[in-house]
Amino acid sequence: MTADKKILPNSLRSGPDENGHFGLYGGRYVAETLMPLILEVEQAWHAARDDQDFWDEFNDLATNYVGRPSPLYFAKATTAHYGGAKIYFKRDELNHTGAHKINHCLGQILVAKRMGKKRIIAETGAGQHGVATATVCALFDMPCTVFMGAEDVERQSPNVFRMKLLGAEVIPVTSGSGTLKDAMNEALRHWVANVEDTYYLIGTVAGPHPYPEMVRDFQSVIGKETKEQMREREECLPDTLVACIGGGSNAMGLFHPFLDDESVNMIGVEAGGFGVDTDKHAASLNGGSAGILHGMRSYFLQDSDGQIQEAHSISAGLDYPGIGPEHAFLHDIERVEYVSVTDDEALDAFKMLCKLEGIIPALEPSHAFAHVMKIAPTLPKDHIIVMNLCGRGDKDIFTVAEKLGEEI
Amino acid sequence: MTRIQKTFENLNGAKALNIFVTAGYPDAPTSLEILNSLPDAGADLIELGIPFTDPMADGPTIQNSSLVALENGMTLAGTLEILTQFRKTNNTTPVILMGYFNPIYAYGCEKFVTDAAEAGADGLIVVDLPPEEDAELRIPAQEVGLDFIKLITPTTIGTRLDKVLGNASGFLYYVSIAGVTGTKSADIGAVGAHIQDIKSKTLLPVAVGFGIKTPEDAKNMSQIADAVVVGSAIVENIDKNQGSNDLVATLKQQISALKSAI
Repeated sequence: MTADKKILPNSLRSGPDENGHFGLYGGRYVAETLMPLILEVEQAWHAARDDQDFWDEFNDLATNYVGRPSPLYFAKATTAHYGGAKIYFKRDELNHTGAHKINHCLGQILVAKRMGKKRIIAETGAGQHGVATATVCALFDMPCTVFMGAEDVERQSPNVFRMKLLGAEVIPVTSGSGTLKDAMNEALRHWVANVEDTYYLIGTVAGPHPYPEMVRDFQSVIGKETKEQMREREECLPDTLVACIGGGSNAMGLFHPFLDDESVNMIGVEAGGFGVDTDKHAASLNGGSAGILHGMRSYFLQDSDGQIQEAHSISAGLDYPGIGPEHAFLHDIERVEYVSVTDDEALDAFKMLCKLEGIIPALEPSHAFAHVMKIAPTLPKDHIIVMNLCGRGDKDIFTVAEKLGEEI
Repeated sequence: MTRIQKTFENLNGAKALNIFVTAGYPDAPTSLEILNSLPDAGADLIELGIPFTDPMADGPTIQNSSLVALENGMTLAGTLEILTQFRKTNNTTPVILMGYFNPIYAYGCEKFVTDAAEAGADGLIVVDLPPEEDAELRIPAQEVGLDFIKLITPTTIGTRLDKVLGNASGFLYYVSIAGVTGTKSADIGAVGAHIQDIKSKTLLPVAVGFGIKTPEDAKNMSQIADAVVVGSAIVENIDKNQGSNDLVATLKQQISALKSAI
């Protein structure tokens, strides 16, 4: 993989602008203490992006350590079961560490190394990004501190243990409501106090510029591979892309290389929790409004006074009250359609995928599959859907067992 | 002449004491009572914190005060109402509204600056609006006569300092540590050198804040700055004495001691 060098100015892939804005969204809304550091990250990232040696190292690790390219799998049984569109899965759950998060962790730790940073901090919700960060820190022998909401530490104890095995220090965050957004606040506070030697490895296409751009560019390996694999298999572009969205990293990775291909429909699936008409969901675009948090302007769950509200989802990885700014932009210009599915629909989809394909998916892509289940039967047989199967479900078996009323 | 300019002029070289309190903490009536008592206690300027759920630059003390204020029903409109009430008895002490951009953005920038000016605010400090992003609020604020007070930190050096100084008004707020409010103490030598550099580039008064807790801290900082800001230590004292009849008297004692030290 290398950087895209020839993107036309009128391309949807040309964003963000020099100040990190995607239309109205994005930007750098951080305390002055962080500004020089954020500018330094941007400079280092842009220098890396233009350096073939950087990509050679990234590609070598992506191939031999992560196991890329991930397969594009034709889901024959699922396609037959729903009797409509042809369904493919992009198998990013087969990556080392079991999800797509490793893609941007690898990229960012290489940037951190170039900057001469000595230690890494990260926030995590479900623990997937925390595990992926701890993994690359072990690989590069860098100390790693992961901030995790106290409530999530409780809910996701296997991942907490994994991080510790990999040598990371996990700090439970009790401030605020003790969940992912508070973990991110705490990581930012810690960063402000340790600007000299610390790199903040953000886990999604969110935060201040250049993070949304940088994480997207590392994740776009997913879409680039998909395009190539589709050309080999079907000699055409896919008709519809489907991916789940919390902060939006796996969706942005799949969508971005296709943004200028007008014939390709894209659908982002938000976590609808108990339903977007209740106060228990995580659908920032479908149930939130524009605001400013965590260094960016985007959509957030908030009340009329601009106070941030708690998100809810059965999937801890989607349980975030905001969304990456590029998604906010693509939503406003209607290039990508954003829908939501509920906890119950995601749980049904989880069970169906186990049964039909022998794949235990994470609860996050189970949301994407729930939407595929809805649309596939309504589409013609020559319509091709690619769904990003961005994580495996081993981490979720406890949550699912509890929901199904079974003890394990 | 603005209230901020008058305040610094009347001090005639003596150092100013800025006191930070969180609006609506511990509740709206007590908060107003505290605010009303600050000028007599020795506060030359007041920073009134707008509560927010996610105060990224604040330590545990101010975080907690924000959450309690919100739980007790405080809003941005409620903050302006407290200020309106305060102005009924005080028309001289500058009040600077300090907070994060999201509640202001939700309220609407234009409407906010109009209502804030009408309520009697003198300036704004918005922690998460660096110069790159501040035009949206700074321009309308300065149009209605509200000073837009810039934060300068130990990492604001070189050409970045010039960028931050551009469009600054009222005074400058020097954040003495790389860190959040109410935590570590500053390296006074380094702060002094940086402030000298700043003063060679601007005529605006410089206030120093973050990590100033005791009269001794205040005394040390006052030797290198025009004003010192005390926040977390005040909020901590409110926290300790809330519900007590002596709350206002205790605060007065604390603030008088700070004022006489500088």
